[in-house]
Amino acid sequence: MKLAHVPDPVARQPWGVIAPLLALVLLGTAVLHSAAGGSWQPYAASHLMRFAVFLAMALVIARIPQDFFVKMAYPAYAGVLVLLVLVEALGAIGGGSQRWLNLGFMTLQPSELMKPTIVLVLAAFYSNLPPGMTGSWRGLLPALILLGLPAVLVILQPDLGTALAICFGGVVVMFLAGLPLSWFLGAGAVAAVAAPLAFFTLLHDYQRNRVLVFLDPESDPLGTGYHITQSKIAIGSGGIFGKGFGNGSQSHLDYLPEAHTDFVFATMSEEWGMLGGFFVLLVYAQVLRWGLNVARQAPNRFSMLLAAGLTATVFFYAAINLLMVMGLAPVVGIPLPFVSHGGSSMMTVMICFGVIMAVQRWSRKGGTIT
Amino acid sequence: MLSGKRTFTSSMLHNSFDRRAAVFGALQGMVGVLLAGRLTWLAVAENEKYQLLAESNRVNLSLIPPRRGWILDRNGNPLASNKADFRVDLIPERIHDKRETIGHLRTLLGLDEVQVRELEDRLAKASGFAPVEVASGLDWDKFAAVSLRLPDLPGVVTQRGFSRDYPTGPSVGHLIGYVGAASREDWEAEDKSPLLITPGFKIGKDALEKTFDETLRGEPGARRVEVTSGGRIVRDLGTREDVSGKPLKLTINGPLQDYASRRIGLESAAVVVIDCNDGGILTLASMPSFDPNSFVDGIGRVEWKMLNDDDHIPLLNKAVRGLYPPGSTMKPMAALALQMQGVDPEERVSCPGGYRLGSRFFRCDAVHGSVDMRQAIEHSCNTYFWSMSHRVGYDAIAPVARLLGLGQEYDLPGTNQRYGTIPDAAWKKRKYGQEWSAADSLNASIGQGYVLASPLQLAVMTARIASGRNLQPSLLFDKVNPKAPLLPFSPQQLAVVHEGMFDVVNGSGTGGRSRIDINGVKMAGKTGTAQVQTMISRGTGGAWKSRDHALFVCYAPADKPRYAMAVVVEHGTFGARAAAPIAKDVLTFLFDPPTALETLHALEKQWGGTPKQRLDRKYAAYSAQAGLGLTPAEALAAEEAKAKEEAEKKAEDEKKAAEAKQALDASPTPGPSPSPKASPSRSTAPSPVPTAAASGPAPQAVTPAPIGSPAP
Repeated sequence: MKLAHVPDPVARQPWGVIAPLLALVLLGTAVLHSAAGGSWQPYAASHLMRFAVFLAMALVIARIPQDFFVKMAYPAYAGVLVLLVLVEALGAIGGGSQRWLNLGFMTLQPSELMKPTIVLVLAAFYSNLPPGMTGSWRGLLPALILLGLPAVLVILQPDLGTALAICFGGVVVMFLAGLPLSWFLGAGAVAAVAAPLAFFTLLHDYQRNRVLVFLDPESDPLGTGYHITQSKIAIGSGGIFGKGFGNGSQSHLDYLPEAHTDFVFATMSEEWGMLGGFFVLLVYAQVLRWGLNVARQAPNRFSMLLAAGLTATVFFYAAINLLMVMGLAPVVGIPLPFVSHGGSSMMTVMICFGVIMAVQRWSRKGGTIT
Repeated sequence: MLSGKRTFTSSMLHNSFDRRAAVFGALQGMVGVLLAGRLTWLAVAENEKYQLLAESNRVNLSLIPPRRGWILDRNGNPLASNKADFRVDLIPERIHDKRETIGHLRTLLGLDEVQVRELEDRLAKASGFAPVEVASGLDWDKFAAVSLRLPDLPGVVTQRGFSRDYPTGPSVGHLIGYVGAASREDWEAEDKSPLLITPGFKIGKDALEKTFDETLRGEPGARRVEVTSGGRIVRDLGTREDVSGKPLKLTINGPLQDYASRRIGLESAAVVVIDCNDGGILTLASMPSFDPNSFVDGIGRVEWKMLNDDDHIPLLNKAVRGLYPPGSTMKPMAALALQMQGVDPEERVSCPGGYRLGSRFFRCDAVHGSVDMRQAIEHSCNTYFWSMSHRVGYDAIAPVARLLGLGQEYDLPGTNQRYGTIPDAAWKKRKYGQEWSAADSLNASIGQGYVLASPLQLAVMTARIASGRNLQPSLLFDKVNPKAPLLPFSPQQLAVVHEGMFDVVNGSGTGGRSRIDINGVKMAGKTGTAQVQTMISRGTGGAWKSRDHALFVCYAPADKPRYAMAVVVEHGTFGARAAAPIAKDVLTFLFDPPTALETLHALEKQWGGTPKQRLDRKYAAYSAQAGLGLTPAEALAAEEAKAKEEAEKKAEDEKKAAEAKQALDASPTPGPSPSPKASPSRSTAPSPVPTAAASGPAPQAVTPAPIGSPAP
């Protein structure tokens, strides 16, 4: 990375993650340009602009010292939790579910903020926990409460996908924190029993329907199964090399629903083919590998858990979205970061990357100072 | 790691983190491999399948309904043709908001309340996939107005196509049938062919249109377009032209068919004209009728109700499905049968005004005195035929009746014939389990009792008597057989009957008032007045329904038969009064069209216009009664349209007359006719004869015959 003619502040940036993301965002911009019928408006231009803004934000986050994160972990968690309650309350007053707060200049989705926050607070919790207590109830119960509160609030919204994302991030931190493996196996066994029960009692009709249709999309080709079927048609008909830029009939003729948001991968695959799909997979593989490497080389327990947990959050985003559009998971409203049009997800993921970059900085400093 | 008792240290946790992070990394890698595998599977292995699906999404193949083959008369004039048509349809399953869509269409097309209600009716009955017609025959402005707004009107389809047109409307309704949109049953019967649910596509629903649907249909064209999921057309990808259906040429003489239908006027009647050379059916008219043009777009419920409520049964083709006791029109046939049994035509029978059979007395219409066979036909003397058929028995007459086509079903695709009854001893035994009685023979011999025949059969009988050949009736122009074999009657035997029939009209017989003489062309005929005995499936009571049926069979020219005809007027009273004049005018039209049209125009003035005009007026009155009246402005417009139509009709008639004249010029000129035989004229109408029904009073008493007006 260190080239003589590149100024040091530029060369110091974590190009191992910025470069692939930039490439992915450029591909996303092209896809959105095509999805808008060959126009920069309304998706492509704002997509690029947002990335610029959020990248700047991430680079700023990357300069924040570790102490500040540790200090702010619980207050930040409490703040986001209050916002979640507020959303719930406003929804109840307004009559109907609500997921966001209108701040006037932008709409804020607190559940999105909770994804990195839960990782932050659990990393803080476990780094403060005396190692000896890791195997006792004091290593588990507080963590479960910290995780359970936001999960329940988000499920009530109801937003199953985001709740699962929060739980996934939290559970990965707990797993990496070294809690006894038997607990996870036990919880898995309980979940295996409880899941069918929850399926028939807790889920909303439309959620249950999505799961059923996922198992058999052809049972409802014009209803819920339509999304999955059309998505597979788009991906499958693209073939190896795709139909070419701007030639995707599935997206351009409106057969593909949510062509610029949740199902943007299908839009992309139709025009760029399997090769485009591999490119997206490789970018994610690269940045996730980078994230995990940062975690491994992180200077202390807090930063290790933080970086690994945030990597897991990003992984969950991409994996669920890709599994969904390829018909391997039920339809849940999760966008594909850096390709889908939409600010919330990009913001969340860029916060994650910003913090991981910060961890990378700490480890460099740690290498020099300690 | 296996138990909670285990103590944890910082370095252990660090090791555990490294291990578990590796596991987590491996898990991510596995998901990545899974995704890559799935992507490859979809894009490579299933590429072909999904490409096909994407294409079938993208490309919409819309069929272009083929132009239906024309139905032509013998001279190539269209009886059914196609006219260019701008139309608007609705595809029910694509409609988002039914009320809003109908509201828009109402404004754009200027639909009135009745039309809107009927549209709603059709929509309610529609089954989603099949198009429902909103309007057809639109002018360009309205068509364009709807076409422009199509993006805001999901489910609405506009089309420039062709629709079926029957220039002579009600005159050919029964003969040709009509077309209509395919029903669910039709669609399923054809393996759910997409053509059948294409907007604007019609299939034959009745009579010839139905039977020859395959011939007439043609091959649909196709238009490939790229469409969005919402059905909006993005661009045209290509068009294949349709292949028009094959024409169907009939033996029908179009102008004659129209003339006969219109000449029937206000009566409920059927007229059948057959070519004596080849059996070709020139006219198969049944009136009143319906206008097949109003069925093309799906008939409205008011109109349907009007047709159904009519006691003249406009929906029944009386020419082939109406069965009537043929009355005295059977006498020429009976005369042939008697000769076959060795009865000498010169043998005389004395008619004292009736015939005694055992203790019963069958009353004749008049005291005819001494008559031979010719005179018995001329004066329609029942006594002669009673006494003779008592001698030979009806079982000897029935085979001749069948030989002449009575009680038979003919090979006429597209007609749904009823074949009536020619009774004999075996038939009665089978049907009623009773022995044939002498009284049955007497009744049957004068075409009463069990005997039933359709107008078509009477025309065939007349044609066979006139030609002496076993003519087979035909409707298809290329199926006629001009070389029909001779019937087993000697020329002498036939001559007796021909002379008798000639005298009916030209002598002092019952049909004298309907005599014609057009450049030497004369007609021979036989009247019939049949008692209404068993009018089943009709309400009883009412003066009209209890009147006798009037019948007349005839052929012309008398000396060289070319045309044979049967006219049956339901409840027309006397054959000579109601049926023979119609026959006379129809024959006149064949030989002297201008004179015949003059007669018709004078009559139609009395009746209140052509059948089409009367039907329209009746509809207006009927719908007004049903509370669906036209606004004054619409009524005015209708009046104007009617006046215009009248003028056009007149011009058309003149053209037709010229055509008919031309056709006539090609036919051989008639020779001199045999001299009429003078005979005293006494009475016209044959007597009603009591039924010999199984249960019921024995036919003892004889009702006094209604006295007909004497022939001039």
